[in-house]
Amino acid sequence: MKKFSYSILGSWLIAVVLGHLLQLNPNAIDLNVILSQPTTSHLFGADDLGRDILARILSGVEVSLIVALIVTVVSLGIGVLVGLLAGFYGGRVDAVLMQITDVFLAFPGILLAIAFAAVLGPGIGNLIMALCLTGWVSYARLTRGQTMSLRNRQHVQAAESLGASVPRLLFRHILPLLASILVVEATYSLASVMIAEASLSFLGLGIQAPNASWGAMLRDAVRYMLVAPHYVLIVGGCLMSLILAINLGGDHLRDTLDVRKEVS
Amino acid sequence: MTGAAMFLIKKLSSLATVVFGVLLLTFLLIHLVPGDPVEVMLGESANMADREALRADLGLDKPLIQQFGSYLAKLAHGDFGRSIHTKTPIIDLIKTRYPATVKLAVLSLIIGLIVGVPLGIYAALKANHWQDFIVTIVSVRLSAMPAFWLGPMFMLIFAVWWGWLPVSGMEPNTSIILPAMTLGFGLSAILTRMTRTSLLEVLNDDYIRTARAKGLSEKTVIFRHALRAALLPIITIVGLQMGSLLAGTVITETIFSWDGIGRLLVESIEKRDYPVTQACVLIVALSYVLVNLLTDILYQLADPRVRRA
Repeated sequence: MKKFSYSILGSWLIAVVLGHLLQLNPNAIDLNVILSQPTTSHLFGADDLGRDILARILSGVEVSLIVALIVTVVSLGIGVLVGLLAGFYGGRVDAVLMQITDVFLAFPGILLAIAFAAVLGPGIGNLIMALCLTGWVSYARLTRGQTMSLRNRQHVQAAESLGASVPRLLFRHILPLLASILVVEATYSLASVMIAEASLSFLGLGIQAPNASWGAMLRDAVRYMLVAPHYVLIVGGCLMSLILAINLGGDHLRDTLDVRKEVS
Repeated sequence: MTGAAMFLIKKLSSLATVVFGVLLLTFLLIHLVPGDPVEVMLGESANMADREALRADLGLDKPLIQQFGSYLAKLAHGDFGRSIHTKTPIIDLIKTRYPATVKLAVLSLIIGLIVGVPLGIYAALKANHWQDFIVTIVSVRLSAMPAFWLGPMFMLIFAVWWGWLPVSGMEPNTSIILPAMTLGFGLSAILTRMTRTSLLEVLNDDYIRTARAKGLSEKTVIFRHALRAALLPIITIVGLQMGSLLAGTVITETIFSWDGIGRLLVESIEKRDYPVTQACVLIVALSYVLVNLLTDILYQLADPRVRRA
């Protein structure tokens, strides 16, 4: 299964690079092939404006991966910082910070991201901001819990009694022990950020035309489902393969790094 | 009884701060609009008088604290303000749309339970056989798929190819089936997995061995002894999953043109009708908080161990 997932991920990366090398243009319009079935010149067929679906899929996955990477890194940074501070200081700092995360968690699923994206307006920058504003919470919770138990470890207390500063304690003595758990969490969240991005784009709140995005493509495909069912099947199939591959890869990574044995 | 009362008081007080935070965050939403929210809502061509009227109507000309105060005071009277475009009171919009969403969510929950729990029991009883393997693989992978993938696939198969059900709309009795299946199947995949794990764990307990040893039939052991304990954690899972179910209604209702609160939210965003957006977000978030509270209480009532403690 793991070979399978990595080979799918690898094929997607190779396909994106190939798309660049072949200079496929995701925005080239050919009015003669509107909603056409797959042919030799358009392997995946063409969309409602006569643009090559394959080129748009490849350009879409690239944008989607970049957005997901930025969001994951930024959310991880904010979340880890909040979690470290809350877990290290405890008491009132912890109470206030956790109260804030509780409020963010009271909004189910991507509702809050939808709300932020709605008021910030469409566009990639705002999309990233909306996803970061909601993405840090799970990292904060995870880091806080782990930090609380690590704080009382002997090596931390030894460093503290030797006069190590708080940043040194946090980043040299506590954070390295959290690394593997955070890497696995980040892998899973990569898939969920991609889904969230696609959901927002599906609702018209994310990446805007003429830029390609799978969410927006799926929305168009649904609109033309009666005349061009291959469109929805192709976009749906690509989406499924990528999400499954990332999740399988995450499972494998978790087993390899063995983080189920949490630090205690 | 005092234990239960204490539990309820504790629960409600922590709930109060969360609800306050939710109110504050939804109130602040409109202030996150880049630039002048009034201009964004009315468009640049709106004349000065209209702008000032809307600004005064929304109270945006007052200090922030005062705005929040009057926001809360109005909400306490069930006043969510008016839609900017249609001028209808938002509470009326919610009254017409909310029941449709509740109906969809409840039916999805029923589908999820009817499909998920028996499949989970089946997988647990056939543990490590090929039947278990297939059920587990399908449910694990299905639960990773988002509603905006599952929805169009169901639509393509059941409405376009086979023509059994309407593609979208609000036809009585038939239109609800596809969106409910979309939400219910995602839920059932998670429930299958959880039921399987939970039942397998219980089957290893001492009291199950005792029940078998004293010669009870396998049916009695599973259904009267094991299942009662195994299904308890399912209550919590259902409660937690109601969150993604509620958020999923936004996407699912949009796909199938189901006139619930999720579609109202998306429509209001498209029209930049921010007061409506604000109200929808608030209602869905508060529903989620309420469902979580009910889940906790239900769990207390269902589990004799927790009840006594």
